[in-house]
Parts: sequence; C-alpha cells; structure tokens
Amino acid sequence: MTAFLEVQGLIAHYGDFKALFGVDLTLHQGQTLAIIGANGAGKTTLMRATTGIAHVTGGSVRLQGRDITRLSAPDILSAGIAMVPEGRRLFPSLTVEENLQIGAHSRKGNGFWTLDRIYGLFPILRERRTHPGTALSGGQQQMVAIGRALMSNPTVLLCDELSLGLAPVVIREIYAAFPTIRDSGTAIIVVEQDIGQALKVADHVHCMMEGRITLSGRPQDLSRAAIHDAYFGVNHA
Amino acid sequence: MIWLDTLVQGMMLGGLYALFAAGLSLVFGIMRLVNLAHGDLIVLGAYLILGIGTATGLNPFVAAALALPLMFALGWVLQTALLNRVLGDDILPPLLVTFGLSVVIQNVLLQGYSADSRKLPVGAIESASMPVGPVTVGVMPLITFGSAILVILALNWLFYHTALGRAFRATSDDPVTAQLMGIRPRRIFAIATGIALVVATIAALYLGARANFDPSIGPARLLYAFEAVIIGGLGSLWGTLAGGMVIGVAQAFGAALNPEWQILAGHIAFVAVLLVRPRGLFPRAND
Repeated sequence: MTAFLEVQGLIAHYGDFKALFGVDLTLHQGQTLAIIGANGAGKTTLMRATTGIAHVTGGSVRLQGRDITRLSAPDILSAGIAMVPEGRRLFPSLTVEENLQIGAHSRKGNGFWTLDRIYGLFPILRERRTHPGTALSGGQQQMVAIGRALMSNPTVLLCDELSLGLAPVVIREIYAAFPTIRDSGTAIIVVEQDIGQALKVADHVHCMMEGRITLSGRPQDLSRAAIHDAYFGVNHA
Repeated sequence: MIWLDTLVQGMMLGGLYALFAAGLSLVFGIMRLVNLAHGDLIVLGAYLILGIGTATGLNPFVAAALALPLMFALGWVLQTALLNRVLGDDILPPLLVTFGLSVVIQNVLLQGYSADSRKLPVGAIESASMPVGPVTVGVMPLITFGSAILVILALNWLFYHTALGRAFRATSDDPVTAQLMGIRPRRIFAIATGIALVVATIAALYLGARANFDPSIGPARLLYAFEAVIIGGLGSLWGTLAGGMVIGVAQAFGAALNPEWQILAGHIAFVAVLLVRPRGLFPRAND
C-alpha cells in the first residue's frame, strides 16, 4: 500500500505552550485511522497542525510524497486534505445548501462528490436545504459539516470529534455513511473520545496522551487493558 | 403640499446618504473594520472624476465610469498593502490607521487642488426637473435615488446569489473555518474594499454634481454615512437606505422650518431613533 499521508516528528506550539511532541503517523490509501485520547491529549492540535490552522514548529507533513508542512490552510485543502472541524462550525449566514456549496469553493474540475451525492448520503439534508445551517439539529449539522468537507473531493478527510454532544443513535447514523465515503477512495482520520465507536470504524488506532502517541495498533490486536492504560496514562511498568 | 414636497426631497437626499453609507456598511459587515477615511475616499473619488473630466473633456458621468476601475484598484491596494496588516483582535489599530489615512488624503488633496470649492459640471440636467404625481422633483436627485436603489439591488444580488457573496458571508461569519474551505480572507477583504470604493465613486459623482466640494468635507459625509448605517441596523443594506432616508427627511424638514436647523435636525433624528431602537430599524439577528 502507498503511504497517502505521512506525518513525521510533528511539533506544534500555542505561544510558549508545546502541544505536540514529535508525532508520527502514516495513512494508507483507503485506510481509516482513529486517534483516541482524553481531553487535552493533543488530538485536535494534530488535526489543526495538519490542515495549516495551528502553527507547526517542527517535523513534516507529506501528502502523496509532496511536502505540505507549512502551506496555508487553503493550499492544504487544494492539495487534498479537508477537515470536519470540532464543533461543526457551520456558517450561520448560509443555508444548508450554501454551506455545502462553499465546501467546493476552491475546487477545480469535477469529482466524485456533488450536491446530489451528498443528498444521497444524507437524504434529510435535501429536505432542509433552504434552512439556515445552524437551525438544524446537532446530528444534521454534523452531516452538513461532513458533506461540506467532502464537496472539495478530498483524498484525505479529517473528522474531529464527530460524536461530541450527539446521542448514540445519531452517532451511529453518521458513522453509517463512512463505508460510502471510504469506497469513494477517500482515506479517513477520525479523532474520537468515543473509544467504542473509534474501534468499530477504524483499521488502525493511535492513542494520544500529552502531545504524544502512546499506543498504536489494529483494533483487533489491542487489548482493552492496553487501551485503557494508554488513554488514562496508567503505567504498570 | 409644501410638506409633501419637503418629504419627497428629503427621501431623494436619503438616496445620496445611502450611497455614502453602502460602502462603509459593506466593509464593516465583512471584516468588522470601521473605515474612518471613507468620507475622504468619497471626496478623493470626486476629485478623480473632476481630474479625468478636466483632462479628457468628458462628461462627469463618463469620467465616473472611467474612475470606477481605478478606485477598485485603489481599494484593493489599500487593503492589501495597509489595512490587512492592522486587522486583528484589537479594533484600535485599524481605527488609528484609517484616521491617519483620512488626514493624509485631506492634505494630499489640499496640496493638489487647494482649498477652493469645486463642482462637477453635469450640464443642463443639473437644473432639470419633472413632475412626479403632485410634486416636482429634480432630475438629478431622482437619478441619485434611482442609483442608490440599483446599487443596493446589485450588492444584495452579489451577496446572496453569487459564489463571491457566499465567500463574503462565510468569511464574515468565521474567517478561520472559511480558510478550511479554501477561502483566503485577505483576498476577500481586498475585493470587498475594492467594491466599497466603487460604490464610493458612484456616491462621489452625485456628491460633486449636487453641491460644491472641497478637501475638508469628507468627515461630515462619514458622519452621515455612519448615522445611516446605525439607524438602518448593522448588516442590512435596505436598512441603510431607510437610515439614509430618515436623515434626509429630517434634514429637509429641519431646513424647511429654518435653514440653520438642517444639519442639526438630521443628528436629532439619529439620536431619536437610537433611543427607541438601539439596534437600529432592521438589525441582523446574529450580530
């Protein structure tokens, strides 16, 4: 398998505060990677650093061999990485359909994902397309946020805390769309606090703590105890 | 009948104030920048139209059409080279910089054109009038008012029916998330300021055709523009037209009672509206 996305020794700071301490990860074509960890573990910072929103102070990010480490967020999107940000962050002045359309703002040419395909993936959005994006329920807003990111036809989709604040039945409904997204050829990274959901959807799991990856492996190879220890930082050694 | 006449004249004048205000409102709406040099940029536009007209012998309307792309370019450069550098969480630096810009523009115009009053020579149309129902309205005020409505229609169309307008609104809502959509906020701001100066140039044409102007009158135009925007409610262009009309009508009635009360009456109307509706007549829900 070719490495789609390669992150090596990534370091990021917020002012003087060091949030990432040399993170390495590799994402292959068609793979779904889950990053789990408690609040403040650096998961969101890793997403923001990868997409050019947070300031990278060391290390590198390569997408299909191309160094994109210090590109601006719009350039990284053009290179093929789209993000569903934490908290969904729909544009309140835009309707559901406009929120989706703006995802394709800098897209050149055609691709797999069109408005019709997004409406096929989340049919409820077609009914709500003239509503303001922020007037929808949390789950529907999350669908808009995912659709908006897909509209750029990314090669890599980053999803930051999709399940945050949503009911379990809604979370299942949203994750049910993932096989279709994966079949479109998009590699996916999900950041989750919901460990169960992350293990169900991913081929590979990284657990983060205090800005470092402390555990990696395939879901079937990791014991609950090992994940528990890595998540909560318990050291039996 | 004289009161009806005064009302109509005031409403027409409100169109001019709405043109002063539309560019200010646009820039504030998209980047939360209060451009204290907006009035002076309008006056600069009037001198540019005058300069083009004098150099080429063209009618001011044609000269204004030539000035539009130049003013767009000026807005682009101004935003890119200066204003983008001072935009941030702190609202004070852009205020200080645009205040300084206002002083610079006034002095450059003084240096170049002296303090003498000028006027744009629009010809016979200036004194032409036509009956509209029971009242007689000047053709120039009517064209001014019509232009204000066209400008607002055009800006609304741009905002709500084009990809650029979508990007304007998204950037205004959340510039960081807009970048994740591939939008470059600084470029969006440069286009917005360019468009604001295009509208300012249209305002300049009617400002210079209607009355005398000199390099010092910018700040007073800024004040009318501010009042129109605030009365209308931030973010609503039709509200801005309504705001301009409130000030225009108040000034017309003030002047009808006593010519000395014209300006004062406009400001009193502004304060009165704020007392009753502190967020303006048509406030945007999420501001």
